[in-house]
Amino acid sequence: MTIPHKKAPNKTLQIRPSPHISGGASVEKIMANVILALMPTVLFAIYLFGLAALVTILIGTFSCLLTEYLFCKANGKPSSISDNSIIITGVLYSLTLPPGLPLWMVCIGGIIAVLLGKLLFGGLGYNLFNPALVGRAFLQAAFPSAMTTWYPAMNADRFTSLPLSTLTFPFTTPSYDTISSATPLAAMKFDQILTDSSDLFLGLSSGSLGETSSLLILTGGIYLIARRMMRWQIPAGIFITVVIISTITHNISPNTYPSAQFMLFSGGLMLGAMFMATDMVASPITAKGCFIYGLLIGVLVMIIRLWGGMPEGVMYAILFANAVSPHIDRWTQPRPYGYRKTKS
Amino acid sequence: MIKNLFKFPGGVHVSQFKDLSIHEKVEPAKLPSKLVLPLHQHIGAAAEPCVEIGELVLKGQKIASANGYVSAPIHAPTSGTIEDIGDYPIAHPSGMSAPCIVIKPDGDDKWIELESHASDYSSIDPSHLRNIIRRAGIVGLGGAGFPTYIKHNPGPDGSVDTLIINGSECEPYITCDDSLMRDRPDEIVCGIRIIKHALNAKHVVVAIEDNKPEAFQAIKKALADFDDESIEAVQIPTIYPAGSEKQLIYTVTGKEVPQNSLPINISIVCQNIGTTAAVYRAINHGEPLISRYVTVTGDIHQPKNLEVLFGTPINELVDQCGGVKGSVRRLIIGGPMMGFAMHQLNLPVIKTTNCVLIDAKESKAFKTRDFAMPCIRCGSCAEACPAGLIPQQLYWYSKSQEFDKAQDYNLYDCIECGCCDYVCPSKIPLVQYYRFAKAEIWKRELEMQKSNTARQRHEFHQFRVEREKAEKAEKHRQKKAALQAKENANKDDIKTGKEADPKKAAILAAMERAKAKKAEPKNTDNLTEAQKKLIAEIDAKRAKQRNAASQAKPTNEDSKDSNNS
Repeated sequence: MTIPHKKAPNKTLQIRPSPHISGGASVEKIMANVILALMPTVLFAIYLFGLAALVTILIGTFSCLLTEYLFCKANGKPSSISDNSIIITGVLYSLTLPPGLPLWMVCIGGIIAVLLGKLLFGGLGYNLFNPALVGRAFLQAAFPSAMTTWYPAMNADRFTSLPLSTLTFPFTTPSYDTISSATPLAAMKFDQILTDSSDLFLGLSSGSLGETSSLLILTGGIYLIARRMMRWQIPAGIFITVVIISTITHNISPNTYPSAQFMLFSGGLMLGAMFMATDMVASPITAKGCFIYGLLIGVLVMIIRLWGGMPEGVMYAILFANAVSPHIDRWTQPRPYGYRKTKS
Repeated sequence: MIKNLFKFPGGVHVSQFKDLSIHEKVEPAKLPSKLVLPLHQHIGAAAEPCVEIGELVLKGQKIASANGYVSAPIHAPTSGTIEDIGDYPIAHPSGMSAPCIVIKPDGDDKWIELESHASDYSSIDPSHLRNIIRRAGIVGLGGAGFPTYIKHNPGPDGSVDTLIINGSECEPYITCDDSLMRDRPDEIVCGIRIIKHALNAKHVVVAIEDNKPEAFQAIKKALADFDDESIEAVQIPTIYPAGSEKQLIYTVTGKEVPQNSLPINISIVCQNIGTTAAVYRAINHGEPLISRYVTVTGDIHQPKNLEVLFGTPINELVDQCGGVKGSVRRLIIGGPMMGFAMHQLNLPVIKTTNCVLIDAKESKAFKTRDFAMPCIRCGSCAEACPAGLIPQQLYWYSKSQEFDKAQDYNLYDCIECGCCDYVCPSKIPLVQYYRFAKAEIWKRELEMQKSNTARQRHEFHQFRVEREKAEKAEKHRQKKAALQAKENANKDDIKTGKEADPKKAAILAAMERAKAKKAEPKNTDNLTEAQKKLIAEIDAKRAKQRNAASQAKPTNEDSKDSNNS
């Protein structure tokens, strides 16, 4: 008995919706470029702080990667680490940490950053806040003393030995072997000691791993702006407000309030303005909106820095502005074609 | 004179690929063995066939007539026999078949006797010009296919400010307008002058993208022959979608067509280059629209422009151009930005077919990625949008089916140009989401209308049932009351002990009943409590029905009338 042939399905040409061509960079490529732009800052951090920086960045990035990988696996989703965005989160997160932070804290912060900052919101494209900053904010709240203990830069044995605190056994209090040094902002705020602006610009001072060389951060940022992978309106807005406010306050009371140069090149402002605030997902979409968002961050930074209890305020300023950015989008809708008010 | 041009927001620079198909001379396409002419080749109502199967037709003979105001007739592209009138596959995004007239050419290509109207068009009345254009079946050849004669009405002012001739051809790959401008600049300029006369236009601007210098020079040279300063050719910057009507108007005049409005309302009319040549041939030679330039390009061996008779199957054009390089993966009718993919090659060329684009499996020129990444809110789409929208938000709300919000973000101002989609780093098929949302909104609106009508009908039905019930009850009650009265009368008779004279008694009773009725002008007096309650209930119900009916549709005359009755 023969089985009758099933009628072969009508083979047709491929049907796709228009447009049939596409241009511009892919998500992976944009992310890879951001990583590239961060590299000078990373390398300089390793140069300044030696092995401590290297292991912190490696462990920080790896903990983020692993968290995302395992989360995807546990939820039966295809792994999303190939879009490169998690590497940016990991590197940026690590760069906000002080050198010598116990590695177990680095791991916990990384897991929190990815899990609470990104994955629980729905993964890439859905996070309301910058995940790297969520991780750092958590550490700041959980381990305030470890997060504000700074190693001096350019230690002689930085390439041969790790600081004692780095390898602290999990859940024990770290002990420090070197005398910690204050960051320029803390020195200014609490002791009225002003660090030289050119030292700040070049980055030869203490601070978090990536808070040091404004020059290298700016270089990376300008590269991204030139490749149209970053909205220049955001850093521009931040810089403008910071300069304006600090100039006014400095002129009112030069001893209490530092100058605009100091404000621009110290602390996390440069890294925050160039790489944290410009996180595409958590920032507004319209050009006008980006500028307003930048202005808002600048104002918040200055309020916290000048009158807050902490020396640094970039992180909270960006997190607050992240929360506002969907609303900024709504307020700054462009005028569509044909909606011009007619002059009568 | 145009002093400066205006830059519309957004737009994208797309790789052109125009060199592929641009050659010295455009050759006519070979006469196919069969011409399939869809009755619907334009915007508006489909034409109605005016020939019968088996009939012999001559080239240029009308085979289908316009059906209504927004419609266009169709003419036989060559002489031959009408072989069939029926459904055939056509080049429509739906992929469905549609009514067509099939002509088997006899090979003689014999013209019908043409009526050349005048060498001097200026002596012809504009309304007569419009009629000739209408009878020639000319529609906009840029892609939309709107009947041209309608656009040639200058409106109540009797004149228009600016007539823009669109020679920008901003889509990549397509070069049919470019070739036409190089080949027949004199015909185009004549056509432009005719349209200018028909519209009584004050200025005419021929806008050509600056990637077509040869075409620009050709038009300029042809314009120089006539000493008419009100017609000028300008080069506009090459940026997609510069040729989109609204964007072109902005580029040339700096004016925006108000939303939900037409260019004529700001005294501007746009015409495609191809249309002007067709108008020239209709007026000066009496030829109806039966052929056009078509770019055949993409992954084929000899991409070129052909002058194609309508109804020619696309696969024969591809064969004439040396066939496909490799195996066909996709056929795109139109350009790569706004054209639509079709499922097979055996489809006829129609009036609006400007380009046949072939994508081979071996090629990487076209989008092949099957999946989209999540949106990273990079804002590239908003930067690229020429309509000033935020495509990302439209996508967001279309995807989550929050159509109200999508409309708040001006979904219907989207021109589906594809710029946002082109630049999207996540490769999200954005335009498809907007099409989906628009279609879905239409569908829901239709459904709502339907259900509104159904609800009104149902409510009225219920109201009627209630009313009939109440009327019945009323009648019943009246009858009962009458019976009661009769019984009472009988009882009285018995009481008074009168001798029972049935006849007298009946008369008496009747008189008494009449009296009672007179004394009782309303049947609502002397009711029992229960009855009163019942009436109140019915009244309340009625009032409720009335309210519901009037709320459902306050202008519904029917329900008002029945309320009164």
